[in-house]
Amino acid sequence: MSANSQATTLKAVDIAIVGGGWTGLTMANELTARTSLSVLVLERGAMPEATKYAYGMDEIDYSVRFKMMQNTAEETITHRHSARDGAQPMRQYGSFLPGTGVGGAGEHWAGLAYRFNPDQFTLRTHLVEKHGARLPRDLAVQDWGVTYNDLEPHYWRAEQMMGVGGKAGNLRGAIVPGGNPFEGPRQHEYPLPPLKRSYIAALVAQGAKELGLHAYPAPSALLSEAYKNPDGIARPACVYCGFCERFGCMIGAKAQPTNTLLPLVRRRPTFDLRTDAWVRRIRHKNGRVTGVEYTDHTGREFFQPATTVVLSTYTLNNVRLLYLSKIGVPHDPATGKGTLGKNLTHQVHGRTPVFFDKPLNLYMGNGALVTRIPDYDGSNLPPGADGVLRLGAISSLSRGDRPSAYFGTMPLGTTKSNWGAEWKAAAVTWYDRGAAVLFTGEHLAWRQNFMDLDPTYTDKFGDPLLRFTLDWTEHEFRQREVADKIARDIARVMNAKLDDTKPSRAKYSVVNYLSTHIQGGAVMGESRATSVVNRYLQHWDLPDLFVVGASAFPQNPSQNPTLTAVALATWAADALISKYLKAPGKLI
Amino acid sequence: MKRREFVVIPMAALSVPLAQMLAAETPGLRLIPGRSREQLRVPLRFFTAAEAKIVTAACERILPADANGAGATDAAVTIYIDRQLAGPYGRDKYRYTKGPFGESGPEHGYQGAANPQQVYRAGLRTLTGFAELPVEEQIAKLTSIEKTQFFALLRAHTIEGMFCDPMHGGNANLVGWKLVGFPGPQMNYRDHVDAHHGRAWRPKPASLEQITGHKPTPWEDERE
Repeated sequence: MSANSQATTLKAVDIAIVGGGWTGLTMANELTARTSLSVLVLERGAMPEATKYAYGMDEIDYSVRFKMMQNTAEETITHRHSARDGAQPMRQYGSFLPGTGVGGAGEHWAGLAYRFNPDQFTLRTHLVEKHGARLPRDLAVQDWGVTYNDLEPHYWRAEQMMGVGGKAGNLRGAIVPGGNPFEGPRQHEYPLPPLKRSYIAALVAQGAKELGLHAYPAPSALLSEAYKNPDGIARPACVYCGFCERFGCMIGAKAQPTNTLLPLVRRRPTFDLRTDAWVRRIRHKNGRVTGVEYTDHTGREFFQPATTVVLSTYTLNNVRLLYLSKIGVPHDPATGKGTLGKNLTHQVHGRTPVFFDKPLNLYMGNGALVTRIPDYDGSNLPPGADGVLRLGAISSLSRGDRPSAYFGTMPLGTTKSNWGAEWKAAAVTWYDRGAAVLFTGEHLAWRQNFMDLDPTYTDKFGDPLLRFTLDWTEHEFRQREVADKIARDIARVMNAKLDDTKPSRAKYSVVNYLSTHIQGGAVMGESRATSVVNRYLQHWDLPDLFVVGASAFPQNPSQNPTLTAVALATWAADALISKYLKAPGKLI
Repeated sequence: MKRREFVVIPMAALSVPLAQMLAAETPGLRLIPGRSREQLRVPLRFFTAAEAKIVTAACERILPADANGAGATDAAVTIYIDRQLAGPYGRDKYRYTKGPFGESGPEHGYQGAANPQQVYRAGLRTLTGFAELPVEEQIAKLTSIEKTQFFALLRAHTIEGMFCDPMHGGNANLVGWKLVGFPGPQMNYRDHVDAHHGRAWRPKPASLEQITGHKPTPWEDERE
């Protein structure tokens, strides 16, 4: 692509935004509402027909074959467990599921709309205060350079835009019963009440209560009631159909970029959106960006000049584009030097199966029907948690279980075989009687986990794939063990049957789905020595490049990342508009 | 022109979507003359008739019809698999297929070069005569290939074909959904999600087409 003599040079724009998902359209919305600059969003996928999502309520095409996801035949990642190993490509999904098209993963997300806790933004400081010199030397967690209080108004804006339903646990410093008492202070109650509770959600909440724990209904961007947001956009209430994550919402009850932000930006004359524009390089010269290079599906190459570039694709593509464009210094895990690609985190998941002698009607639900137990989130550790620095949340999820994936759920060891007459009989008997108490743990950043370019495997254009070097450590194994013990205590008071499933100590696998929460690689921070972008998400080396999204998260908090990614986008847009545009240059 | 190959399925497995599909693709579709009215010949897209017979027998061993209810043959699982393999999935349109190809394993999954069509073709060659074996020998034979990629696909596809929306050719007459009490993609649980605690609530199953009144196009049929 560097030999782009055939590339067609297009008419310059003021701001080019790469990626048309939650963060890209949030930036576009702010910039077109508050400035007169020309804004162009470049999206490599297509425009989804969001009004036809009802015709896609099909488990095979969407949940098994991943119709809404990026095509791994065109581009994927490679993975190795350590710098000593050879990497292999993730040939099909997968431990995470990046979306494609306008709206990105925001169309198929589950709709959990959490804020992060205050101590998660200053984690390095917090852990140093608590443990001092006893912290592991390869622990790479960092402070974000931005605080919960900085983001609070931005969280509130995002919650209103999406119509988040929930129950406050801390309202301006006062603890409110029914919410999460460990959360940071909220200035406002949620725009809507929480979602309804399913049977399993009620059982887990009751079990937690008997143990003196604080179960609360997780905040949901799937509307609990019909809602009109401050932008005047109305959406209907969720009907709990159970086709939620991996699907677009058939009635638009789920907040998606295409039903919240796109209708706003589309009617502004300074806004433009170009699909089928696969950005492959950010062009820069003498410390300034000059635009982006992209290719369409026919192979035609274009150069789109722009004064300012916002990079707002999925975490992996943000990092890969910086590598391919030779922006920043690659991380070297041996020395700890170089910031590009460092602090790769995923999420620590645990699953304690629980079984009942009663049907649960698990086919009903939605992606955010979660009862969450926050008591051991962060540094609040139960007894016997030696070796654990940070734990996470225990929860139940009623997302709507669909039969191809769910059939065969039964206590471990019920049958010898996983096919045949005996197995079928057991699968039918246990159908709709098995659920799980879940653990969603903070995934701490370790120096050896990072991203760079693969030396062997390439994408459809011949550009190197992104390579993960990532494995679980003893810390994550211990997190799962401690969480499993709590989950079993809850299951016992629920009178659930438990099996002998052990908390996983397996190596990291790209095969089994964990979550689409991949963080890091272009992290934000207080100093150019430890981060890729500053606290305003402005690149330390290229002041006219802003890198937005979960690539900026220095580590993974246990909560789902979307609301924070959107709040950070309006925070960055604020700085871009009110500081940078007045005096273009380094903000710090 | 390639001779058309057929699979024989029980008439009971003829669902409305399947009948529509067949009517569109098979001029003069008819019951097999001189034989029982209980059987139907369905044109195949990928398998040969001999292969389809083996697949049908093998899927029935994975999910047999028994006192618990319908099995793979009743659901027309073979038709589901045939269509999946004939479509873009069968040709690996969505899988990364650049080399070098390393070892498959639990952490990186299937790393082979062969696409699902090729995996089935090669796997079925090892099952010649399978359909004619006594049940116990069929079980022993499948047990001996349990660790292969072919069997992993066959097992997964059998379950998918049992419980898919009938637009994909399986779950004929919704026998899979009836087996487990799955109602299909209904959109009206708002008054029920927090009720019926501990009691089965099972709305009558309905397909996507029945619910939306719109004939859906399965991904395997979309033009490329």
